[in-house]
Amino acid sequence: MTADLDYLESQSIYILREAYNRIDKLALLWSIGKDSNALLWLCRKAFFGRVPFPVVQLDTGMELPEVYQFRDRVAKEWDLDLVVEQCPPEEEMDQTLPPLTRAAARKTEGLKNLLHNGKYQGVMVGIRRDEQATRAKERVFSPRSLEGDWDVKDQPAEFWDHYKTRFEEGTHVRIHPLLHWTELDIWRYSKREEIPIVPLYFAKDGKRYRSLGEKNITFPVDSTAGTIDEIIAELVVTKIPERAGRAMDNESEDSFERLRSAGYM
Amino acid sequence: MENRNELNGQLRIVIVGHVDHGKSTLIGRLLNDTGSLPDGKVEQVHEMSRKRGMPFEWAFVMDALQAERDQGITIDTTQIHFKTAQRPYVIIDAPGHTEFLKNMVTGASQADAALLVIDAAEGALEQSRRHAFLLHLLGVRQVAVVVNKMDRVEFDQYRFEAVSREIREYLAELDVFPKAVIPIAARHGDNIVTRSDKAPWYDGPTVVEALDAFRPQQTPTDQPLRFPLQDVYKPDDRRILAGRIESGRLRVGDTLRFSPTGATATVVSIEGWNHSQPIVAAQAGQSIGVTLDKRIFAERGHIAHLEQGAPHVTHRLGVRLFWLTSEPLTVGKTYTLKITTAEHRVTVESITAVIDIEDLSSTPAKAVHRNEVAEVVLRSRSPIAIDLASELPRTGRGVLIDGHDVVGGCIAVEVDEGPAASTNTTEVSHAVTTEERFSANGHKGGVLWLTGLSGAGKSTLAMALERALFDRGWQVFVLDGDNVRNGLNAGLGFSPEDRAENIRRVAETAKLFADAGVLVIASLISPLQADRARARAIGGDRFHEVYVSADLATCETRDPKGLYKKARAGEIAEFTGISAPYEAPESPELTIDTGALAPTEALGELLDYVDTAFGKTSLKQGRL
Repeated sequence: MTADLDYLESQSIYILREAYNRIDKLALLWSIGKDSNALLWLCRKAFFGRVPFPVVQLDTGMELPEVYQFRDRVAKEWDLDLVVEQCPPEEEMDQTLPPLTRAAARKTEGLKNLLHNGKYQGVMVGIRRDEQATRAKERVFSPRSLEGDWDVKDQPAEFWDHYKTRFEEGTHVRIHPLLHWTELDIWRYSKREEIPIVPLYFAKDGKRYRSLGEKNITFPVDSTAGTIDEIIAELVVTKIPERAGRAMDNESEDSFERLRSAGYM
Repeated sequence: MENRNELNGQLRIVIVGHVDHGKSTLIGRLLNDTGSLPDGKVEQVHEMSRKRGMPFEWAFVMDALQAERDQGITIDTTQIHFKTAQRPYVIIDAPGHTEFLKNMVTGASQADAALLVIDAAEGALEQSRRHAFLLHLLGVRQVAVVVNKMDRVEFDQYRFEAVSREIREYLAELDVFPKAVIPIAARHGDNIVTRSDKAPWYDGPTVVEALDAFRPQQTPTDQPLRFPLQDVYKPDDRRILAGRIESGRLRVGDTLRFSPTGATATVVSIEGWNHSQPIVAAQAGQSIGVTLDKRIFAERGHIAHLEQGAPHVTHRLGVRLFWLTSEPLTVGKTYTLKITTAEHRVTVESITAVIDIEDLSSTPAKAVHRNEVAEVVLRSRSPIAIDLASELPRTGRGVLIDGHDVVGGCIAVEVDEGPAASTNTTEVSHAVTTEERFSANGHKGGVLWLTGLSGAGKSTLAMALERALFDRGWQVFVLDGDNVRNGLNAGLGFSPEDRAENIRRVAETAKLFADAGVLVIASLISPLQADRARARAIGGDRFHEVYVSADLATCETRDPKGLYKKARAGEIAEFTGISAPYEAPESPELTIDTGALAPTEALGELLDYVDTAFGKTSLKQGRL
């Protein structure tokens, strides 16, 4: 029943090991959501139990309390090298962005600070192609300019699992080991592997978080799914997009696209 | 692991074809007609079309990016998921525009099967042919052709048959045989999900039926084992060789041979994390780690296989390649060839032919330009382990890298198994500072001082180490005791004074090399503690002493240069070990017992040490 998950897992482990071998200074972005939890789990598989690079949370101070509790518990249990990067305030963001998108842009700036101060050459991010149309266009190894911009029109060729691992001085690469997974895959894998999950994903009083973000810009959706099995059953029939509860995606036609080309995850 | 697509698994399809032949429209329609669009998407497309003053445009479903909507062409490959009653799919849209060939290649290389879209009125144009050729190069064997815009030719059966015949003949020359050729009108949904009543003469499958008839690409478990190494981890006292099996199967207890080194060892365990049961076997497609019974020299890029069915090892190979960049490939240029995880510097020896996409004819050429396909001969200074693509596609293909970028892809069509060229020399440039050189080289400079009796194996080990490091791209050079006596130290004899001076000069020379960033392997008997202490003082903290130990009896039995025999016969005065003392080091950085270790094991230990002391790990902290 889960042979396809073995394939997805093997491919992600291959990508993680390529990144670890080829990129000198590497960090993993941990949003504490279901995807980056699965990614951490895959790191432990790839490197035989230990995550051998820093795990960074870009913190806006706006996460729900359950998220912080989960972070501190798991970081301790898994012996993670946790780095909490405080994001700059909303007043410092590009004021031409719509207000909710502006709030989301704080993470972009936090990431820029992290890259600058930590001199990271590679950042691993648990995004997936099926989440959102602009993410569908991503490469597994996605180079960024000196300013952190993403040039969607001129991306490197990527085939036969040969990734772009050489860069100009001062630029960095985003590595996307989960790009080929779907939302359903993540849940099925989380169930099979018994990966810990923030309880906010499970329905309470007819609502659950389908995509977990900060409390000011993310909203729970209607759902009665109280277990992983019920979430899986719900996803098989739903036609509501995963990020429907993400305010900044839907603020204007191109808001998420603008965020991403400026360096958002 | 079962085959990945058995139950829930999706099939990955790529849709290719000439620009404007209707790929995006076909995809929009497929998504809609299979009920796979999220709520609100059709309304969104209505609104987007209305805003731009256009009639309803299915292609907007795919073209999610602002830039694309404005230009009306698909820029990059996008992946979209949909479901039929039979299984889930992911469609990879691959742009038809010439400029975006690298995106088409990126998309198509991931596919299990391909749909080639051809305009009924225009037929197979240049890009249709180029894409068909690339599907063949990329190894996508399952293809169906859709002849689109049949409404524009009034569903004319004869027109359809003419287009169909033309493309079938072309594909046959590439050994590609389409499973179906389907007349469709994507805009109106004819023969997509439901059979069209406008083409009663057509009795083949609909697009969805053709898709459901494709089979997932099989993971090649019944082929010879190929296990290319990605990395070596030492999480604790285990030494785990990590990588993905590209073909075949591997079991605990198997004896592995590694190419191109030829080292062998037996699999002791297949390591995993969070497994309740020990793993005893693994097969193609799995990312694994193994431990071996011996510490052999094995590293990223080496390919493990069984004794039977080894890959070719060559310095010269013929490839069929596609070229992706504006800077042409020319004879004499040097690139990095990457095959699975192995990298080799290769020089273009000749361009046998550039292939004309239109009629598949061949012409000899001096250069291969962007978007061209060609047959080329490559020569490498390091030995390449490779398969023919026709036998084992995954280990028979690679990419060419120029500077920071992948500039082309190639499949091996011919290997030359002539004698391996030997080059044990390297060059040193003097125009950079030591610190710059360290960071540019990716390793530190230093002096690795090999001391030991004559016949202990110093020279053999030194040369093997030089070879291994040189192939990795290191700046490395052997200063051999015997060799320096022919030049630098000609005129010095074997008296204690002359021996001391010999060692001093070598130590000073080695220091200069080390200052320039080179790892110097000094291979000298250097029998006296005091002389070696002086060498250490000259070299400073970059001096590392390695005691190559083997007892006198072993060395005398080996006697590679016949010197012990002569010394016993009294023909050599003051011969170390016989008529002159050897003072073994008291606290060397490393001891290698060549009496107890096989040569590849000895090299393995030495390489581990070099990695830690001078390699990348010594330049950064906090690694595994």
